[in-house]
Amino acid sequence: MLRIDCPYCGERDHVEYVYAGDAAKRLPDLADSDLDRWTDWVFVRDNVRGEHHEYWQHVHGCRQWLLVVRDTATHEIRSVTPARERALAAGPGEVVNA
Amino acid sequence: MTHYSLLTLIGKALGKNRGWTRAWRNAEPKPGYDVVIVGGGGHGLAAAYYLAKEHGVTSVGVIEKGYIGGGNTGRNTTIVRSNYMIDGNTLFYEKSLRLWEDLSHELNFNVMLSQRGQLNLCHSPAQMDAAARRGNIMRMNGIDAELLTRDEVRRKAPVLDFSDHARFPIFGALWQQRAGTARHDAVAWGYARGADRYGVDIVQGCEVKGFLRDRGRVVGVETTRGPIRAKKVGLAVAGHTGHLAAMAGLRLPLETHLLQAFVTEPVKPVLDVVVSFGATHFYVSQDDKGGLVMGSDLDGYNSYGQRGDLPIVEETMADLKALIPLASRLRVVRQWSGTVDMTMDGSPIICKSPIDGLYIDGGWNYGGFKASPAAGWCSAHTIAKDEPHELNSRFTLDRFRRGHQLDEKGMGPTPWAH
Repeated sequence: MLRIDCPYCGERDHVEYVYAGDAAKRLPDLADSDLDRWTDWVFVRDNVRGEHHEYWQHVHGCRQWLLVVRDTATHEIRSVTPARERALAAGPGEVVNA
Repeated sequence: MTHYSLLTLIGKALGKNRGWTRAWRNAEPKPGYDVVIVGGGGHGLAAAYYLAKEHGVTSVGVIEKGYIGGGNTGRNTTIVRSNYMIDGNTLFYEKSLRLWEDLSHELNFNVMLSQRGQLNLCHSPAQMDAAARRGNIMRMNGIDAELLTRDEVRRKAPVLDFSDHARFPIFGALWQQRAGTARHDAVAWGYARGADRYGVDIVQGCEVKGFLRDRGRVVGVETTRGPIRAKKVGLAVAGHTGHLAAMAGLRLPLETHLLQAFVTEPVKPVLDVVVSFGATHFYVSQDDKGGLVMGSDLDGYNSYGQRGDLPIVEETMADLKALIPLASRLRVVRQWSGTVDMTMDGSPIICKSPIDGLYIDGGWNYGGFKASPAAGWCSAHTIAKDEPHELNSRFTLDRFRRGHQLDEKGMGPTPWAH
């Protein structure tokens, strides 16, 4: 069982959360019509063996979206931060996926 | 090389079984081959076998990190079937089942194919309609399929829960008689022996660390036992396709996830067909030793860990109990986990990669074992002819860009949900 330390609720089993995948990707500009960039965004993954940035939502808790850094080989969780911090830190006009 | 037959069996028995020779050579790597296949599982060994047999390419080295058949070939629930619905999948899996049906003769090695039939259970009128549609598509492609009523299912598998208080009442099932199970390690050994007979080198304990490149082209592999040059390199590495492709600078439309399987203690025969539960994602059969072999969903998050997590243990046991009530008294004696390539549409990839000299057989999701013969067969064709066979012509990497996904389950690009 992964134990994810929610910044709002404390450490909980991962079954309280819903996994939402790779957080390293960046949504292309919505006005961008380049097929390759959209294909990359929708389908292609780095599929990291090692430190992986990923989104989880605490659906059976505070319902907040979290950014979790986890090692995909050892399952060690390195950090858990609110996803909104990352969104707020993004520059104006920069779209962060969720 | 000994040809296996009743006569050799009797002859060796009279000689107190002292005269048996190795089934295949444990080869040392040569400096170079025409083709190097990375991965000595069912797929890689089958590809080597068909390269030699069908295409006359006998300078082939199969490079395996551990021992042959020790990866996902030995970590599955050994089910073979061909009940696929989408164009591109249907005939490919049927080709595989046809190869399975003759495989013991073809390889002179008993792969213990048992065509005991598979029940795809339906638990609602809507599921019966969907099963009828799937069955009709299969029959129009020349594949056997039969829609069974609740009573017919009950005659085939009385051990399932047919009581009034069943959590998911059984309405009927889609039945494929030719589906069944096969012996997983016999497949690896059979293909290894067959390939070895044509002169293919099987090199164990040899891990690929990188690719040799010449002006962009892949011209061999760098391994823990030195460089091995090759005109063409094929990947058949189950859950590690993304990891190896990354060494060549290639990013793929897939993620690596964990899939678990379980075996109970052996009991007397209670279930002589393969059953897949329609209410949740769960499949079970009884092996020759008497254990119930089963599996269910992925663990649900990216992982290369090769060890399963507890929530899926609980879920699988709940599924088993809901389907076969008497199983609540059985103990689980073994549990294991494999890493699987989950693609963005749940269908595999067998194609030339965008890098010259590099070929991919990967992205097998839940379905790699049953596909072993046809995947090897199509992979060999693609490597030898430099173009896909019609059967794997849709298993390309660029299908995602072109909008031609083969999404059998209709889940979209969420690989952990397929």
